[in-house]
Amino acid sequence: MSTPSKVQQVETVTIRFVGDSGDGMQLTGTEFTRANALAGTDLATFPDYPAEIRAPAGSLSGVSGYQVNFGSREIHTPGDAPDVLVAMNPAALKTNLPDLRPGGMLIVNKGAFTASNLEKADYKSNPLDDDALKHAYKVVAVDMSMLTEHALEGSGLSSKETARCRNYFALGLMYWLYSRPMEQQLEQIQKKFGKKPEFVEANQKVFKAGYAFGETAEIGLQRYEVPASKLPPGTYRTVTGNYAAALGFATVAKLTGKQVFLGSYPITPATEILHEMSHFKEHGVVTYQAEDEIAAIGSAIGASFGGALGCTTTSGPGLALKSEMMGLAVIAELPLVIVDVQRGGPSTGMPTKTEQSDLLVSLFGRHGEAPMPVIAAQSPADCFWAAMEAMKIATKWMTPVLLLTDGYLGNGSEPFKIPAASELPRIDVKYQTTPNHDGAYMPYKRDAKLVRPWAVPGTPGLEHRIGGLEKDSLSGMVSYDGMNHEKMVLTRAQKVANVIEDVPDVEIYGKASGEVLLVSWGGTFGSVRGAAEQLQGQGKSVSHVHLRWLNPLPKNLGAVMKGFKKIMVPEVNNGQLAFYLRGMYPGVDPVQFNRINGKPIKIAELAGKVLEVL
Amino acid sequence: MATENTALPVYSKKDFESGVDPRWCPGCGDFSIINQVQKVLPAVGRKREDIVFISGIGCSSRFPYYMNNYGMHTLHGRAPSFASGLKVSRPELMVWVVTGDGDALAIGGNHFIHAMRRNIDLKLLLFNNRIYGLTKGQVSPTSELGKKTKSTPHGSPDAPFNPPALAIGAGATFVARSIDVEGAHLGTVLKAAAEHKGSCFTEIYQNCPVFNDGAYVSITEKSVKVDALLRMEHGKPLLFGKDNKKGIRFNPQTAELEVVVVGEGGVTEKDVLVHDARRDDPTLAFMLANLSLKPGFPTPIGVFRDVSRPTAEELTWNMINAAKGKKGDVDVVKLLAGSDTWNIK
Repeated sequence: MSTPSKVQQVETVTIRFVGDSGDGMQLTGTEFTRANALAGTDLATFPDYPAEIRAPAGSLSGVSGYQVNFGSREIHTPGDAPDVLVAMNPAALKTNLPDLRPGGMLIVNKGAFTASNLEKADYKSNPLDDDALKHAYKVVAVDMSMLTEHALEGSGLSSKETARCRNYFALGLMYWLYSRPMEQQLEQIQKKFGKKPEFVEANQKVFKAGYAFGETAEIGLQRYEVPASKLPPGTYRTVTGNYAAALGFATVAKLTGKQVFLGSYPITPATEILHEMSHFKEHGVVTYQAEDEIAAIGSAIGASFGGALGCTTTSGPGLALKSEMMGLAVIAELPLVIVDVQRGGPSTGMPTKTEQSDLLVSLFGRHGEAPMPVIAAQSPADCFWAAMEAMKIATKWMTPVLLLTDGYLGNGSEPFKIPAASELPRIDVKYQTTPNHDGAYMPYKRDAKLVRPWAVPGTPGLEHRIGGLEKDSLSGMVSYDGMNHEKMVLTRAQKVANVIEDVPDVEIYGKASGEVLLVSWGGTFGSVRGAAEQLQGQGKSVSHVHLRWLNPLPKNLGAVMKGFKKIMVPEVNNGQLAFYLRGMYPGVDPVQFNRINGKPIKIAELAGKVLEVL
Repeated sequence: MATENTALPVYSKKDFESGVDPRWCPGCGDFSIINQVQKVLPAVGRKREDIVFISGIGCSSRFPYYMNNYGMHTLHGRAPSFASGLKVSRPELMVWVVTGDGDALAIGGNHFIHAMRRNIDLKLLLFNNRIYGLTKGQVSPTSELGKKTKSTPHGSPDAPFNPPALAIGAGATFVARSIDVEGAHLGTVLKAAAEHKGSCFTEIYQNCPVFNDGAYVSITEKSVKVDALLRMEHGKPLLFGKDNKKGIRFNPQTAELEVVVVGEGGVTEKDVLVHDARRDDPTLAFMLANLSLKPGFPTPIGVFRDVSRPTAEELTWNMINAAKGKKGDVDVVKLLAGSDTWNIK
């Protein structure tokens, strides 16, 4: 490497931090992300961590990672392949090196490449001594362990505590490398460790040492700068999808003045929504941690019967447990939002890895005829809007609504433009307070849109009973009459079909006709839009539509698909949307592109596949 | 929603009848229970519209349809989950849960124990007929060991639950037992349940004339009940039998309860245990609850335990109100902005 003369500007960069579960890589990643957010770049992140809280130290199964893609242009995904890999130990290097872009920068903590760590990572010899590695990548081997110890000499910290500061060395070095100002991070350390002054000082020292290493190292490091992006003007913050969903629900409570009641049971990767909502008490949110998944949704339905805006949050296994309850919410016609942060299945599957494999169970996975609206968020920040939309639909139509997100959206983050109050949706929640039928109250007497009234306990004169048995189409009393049942089944289906009036048409990205139309849904939005953008830039006849609404499907989707010779459906599952589209639009037979490896689809991979189809 | 500003109307039993004719079998113990509930409700000091009945699935769970209150007939075993959500969400409502031995203790066992330990103010009534009725006669979690039913033609190999002992173990703050045919006693117990604040469990022995007829005749028959039933009253000695001559004594040597006869072997009324339902420690209540399983002992009815603790919904709302007090009314824009933002011009 030659001595760099000046800071080099780059448009985008993807960095992955990897280390042992205990190395603090999630913290390093989020802190570096914050620095880039504050610098005004667009970004997307993807934490990738094992299901075990602390797998054996140094082992291949214990590697935890955090990838961030930031840039001065629009960022759609956390990036296909890292340009920079920061590896804190041999196991992290071994499991992540195959992803590093050829010629990319590899920063390793060579102090962790001890005989025992090499053995745990199944290395026969030290890979850092291998010339092939140095030829393939720009290798920056730094003894972060030793330099951290030096920085903390005389601090009185134990060697274990000292080792825990190492991640701040890596962070300091990255700050220097990407020209971010140190001060904000020093303040942030103060904020984070304020209660333990000895750690404030230690982490600040180590962070500065990392930064100084970049500046003084005699290895001729090239320094980079990623300028601010041209995001629309406004005030921004970084949000994960799970935080955004929680914020969406709290906003609904605020906008309606009604209580939002969350009944939930901890499950990866949905748990953070419960955590976050438990901090929104002052805004009208009540959280209830139930004894199991079934009780979680049951408590929410009970609260909805009482007039609250009930919601429940879960992931695949929990969704399976809730299915009988969802049927009850369908037949009782009470408002309810079920959030499924999808993960790898079936069964316990891959709890910390993302997947889109709950589409069909969301649409059809209940016994009996039990349709409900299904919405899928398309990015971490969109979880905010999707949560509000789901709640609006649930209350307007007196129906449970399924909101699908996934592990990638839930844990991933991106800049969120804070909306003005005027940009928020209008959500009207009405209770029935007077008799509606000859001086009596008929809970299933519907309006023109087939929506039934909502009378809540405490309202005199409207006492009534509802439940899971089929109901008389007017009084709601138990009815075993066959024709009444048929009428009720058709009425409930028609009501959900009527929700179409609130479903916006799909927008075509690109030309309205051509060779290939990419049709995606949910969390693959960024990857598919990124591929479409790339291919259109190459002059290819490729357009893209993205579905936020899965039931009902947008009115214009059938007509839009007719404009293209081929329909291609990329999904992180084995072809569920493709199957659905074949059933819903006879004659449409999409080409499938399926990745089920626990990670978002890579833009380059998808673009390559489209070129094959063209 | 709640109508706290208007005076409480004067109700009669009829005001709590929905007008729907109960569809229980002739002679079912459920008739007597609903009769007592409807008799007690006018005197509990609550408006009809502020009372909610929630049930699961089974014969007993049809109950809400026959009450002129708000009601929900939910899923098998899950009634406590709905009721818990409703009560935490709307603490001002009076929430009753009606369930059976299969509903509460088999499919709904998990929800049952958690409702008890949380101490949410739910008035749970368990109609125990020791059989599955609605599915036509299978062994239930309270059926006796060796019981022959359609699903256990050679006798049940499973030991039964003793529901009050389970409720005490799970942390219920009110635990009682009564019997469908003991109308006046049942009424008193229901009234005590209505007055309690916290997780409230009442087992009601209920005869199923079709699938388990006579399950309780050995304790309810006129000729035997004086010796077979121990009527517990708070603050009174645990006496039973003809002329209240028999009593329950705690034997410190064996650490067990025993039956003594007042006037025999130097035993006086002073030796007999005085019932203390308010005792914080649940051990004695647990021992009393288990007497019904012991040969030679009477079956206790009445209130085993009635202790006062802050309810879960009170604690929840204290936290909510504290958060509101501390942070005040934050407007929506501030909520959305959080604390870590940047501007793009």
